[in-house]
Amino acid sequence: MKEVKKQGGLNAEIQSRIGHQLRAMYDDVVRQGVPDRFAELIRKLDGPEAATAAQGGGEPDKNNGGS
Amino acid sequence: MPLTDSLRDDILAAVPSLRAFAISLSGNGDRADDLVQETLLRAIANIDSFQVGSNLPAWLFTILRNLFRSDYRKRRREVEDAEGNYAKTLKTQPAQNAHLEFEEFRVALDKLPQDQREALILVGASGFSYEDAAAICGCAVGTIKSRVNRARSKLSALLYVDGADDFGPDNTVRAVIGGNGG
Repeated sequence: MKEVKKQGGLNAEIQSRIGHQLRAMYDDVVRQGVPDRFAELIRKLDGPEAATAAQGGGEPDKNNGGS
Repeated sequence: MPLTDSLRDDILAAVPSLRAFAISLSGNGDRADDLVQETLLRAIANIDSFQVGSNLPAWLFTILRNLFRSDYRKRRREVEDAEGNYAKTLKTQPAQNAHLEFEEFRVALDKLPQDQREALILVGASGFSYEDAAAICGCAVGTIKSRVNRARSKLSALLYVDGADDFGPDNTVRAVIGGNGG
């Protein structure tokens, strides 16, 4: 565990390093592109009605009286 | 507006950043993708309320952020679990040294209060303006600025305790690796 000796006096180098690490972490995921499941989802949905149904907001096909 | 092909393409184009935002917020790849999926479903279900010409990514980020917030209240985050799962979401594992540094950064980011973390990510990684970030978080621009500053300050304290004196990855990595090298 590190002890925090000072919180102020941020130097530009540290800030630049933090910014770089943050973007590196983020961009790692961005570079993965669009997973197929999302591409299909967006292609498949036609608009408000379809989205509502897929979301489970509407009536399910069958309701066998769950527990 | 109606769901035109071009709007569909724009939504699709926002998916990689939505995932990155979701993973940064939740620290958990599986939960992040669930969040993204729910965001897309909601966005499309409510596409009529999207104003033509307004900022689509900001609109989508707002939906995701609100979903995360409501989800977060229900389920407490488990940090240890998050660390492990986050690494699994990466297709390419960084090199060993970079990986350690990366883990340390991830852990530090997790220690930030949620308000500060999301502000920092939106401005520092997603590339939103302070104004857009404020709109996404539903707060004043000055509040976002102050959250970002506090986030940076805290990260700096967590990661680089003594400021420039022991600045740099080498000390960090050496400390973690211990007496491994010569």
